[in-house]
Amino acid sequence: MTLFYGTELASRLMLGTAQYPSPEILSDAVRRAGAGVVTVSLRREAAGSRAGQAFWTLIRELDVPVLPNTAGCHTVREAVTTAQMAREVFGTDWIKLEVIGESDTLQPDMFALVEAARILTEDGFRVFPYMTEDLVGAERLLRAGCEVLMPWGAPIGSGKGLNNLFGLRALRAHFPDVPMVVDAGIGVPSHAAQAMELGYDAVLINTAVAKAGNPAEMARAFAMAVEAGRMAYIADPMEERDMAVPSTPVIGQAVL
Amino acid sequence: MQILVNDKHHDVTAANLAALLDELGYDVTARIATAVDGCFVAAGRRATHSLHDGARVEILAPMQGG
Repeated sequence: MTLFYGTELASRLMLGTAQYPSPEILSDAVRRAGAGVVTVSLRREAAGSRAGQAFWTLIRELDVPVLPNTAGCHTVREAVTTAQMAREVFGTDWIKLEVIGESDTLQPDMFALVEAARILTEDGFRVFPYMTEDLVGAERLLRAGCEVLMPWGAPIGSGKGLNNLFGLRALRAHFPDVPMVVDAGIGVPSHAAQAMELGYDAVLINTAVAKAGNPAEMARAFAMAVEAGRMAYIADPMEERDMAVPSTPVIGQAVL
Repeated sequence: MQILVNDKHHDVTAANLAALLDELGYDVTARIATAVDGCFVAAGRRATHSLHDGARVEILAPMQGG
């Protein structure tokens, strides 16, 4: 059982809610995924607009825990203020903390991330930090009060899968008891299965589902991959070898 | 006085944040969050949060996110 700040999720698949062709397709995808969490965000709203309320109504009907994010924030102050606003709007102290440091790759600014995580944790937030797979950064985030880590697989929306397998494996091995979620860069279900086979506790997917030709079917495919990967991890996979080893016993083999 | 709301200039008479939302026609029962000059202002403090000329107000609502 994996607990995220004391909460066991119904599924190890976390799903983003952005970029779907329609609200109906989003709802369908969340249901088919059996998502354990859905991520949400905040944006400016004009007077008289009901867009935000309509979206919130849709999310509440799905009855899935929400994880608000601080997407688009580039400074500690922006991220902290956005988190505080999100806590009031969504009624949760969970926050997926994003502090972007580089625009082309949307790579997290690990220095600002640690500082923002410290401020938010002291303010009572439960922080899910979107981070690189940096071991030292992970240590600092844990020291800042984070009890969950969310390393990227690859740049957001790239669909490239797990770019640094060695780094992700090392991170998992260094902090075996910390719940960890691979967030960002996953493109197809096999990437998600691979993350779960490495021992990650969950994956967070958005673009790979939302931009699929059939988002609901892809959501289901991801759910199956996450379950398969988790089962494989628990079943303890064999070790890789560089040379062949016959699987059919050679004892008793005829000499012809 | 001139207030910048979500990056748009407004000439308003409201002296505090709650009055500003009312003057601009926001539904205060809706799920919105507010910040002034980069700092969060909780819903319960809007009526006592005075505005100054040139204040930068952000009014945010739920939306899709990854």
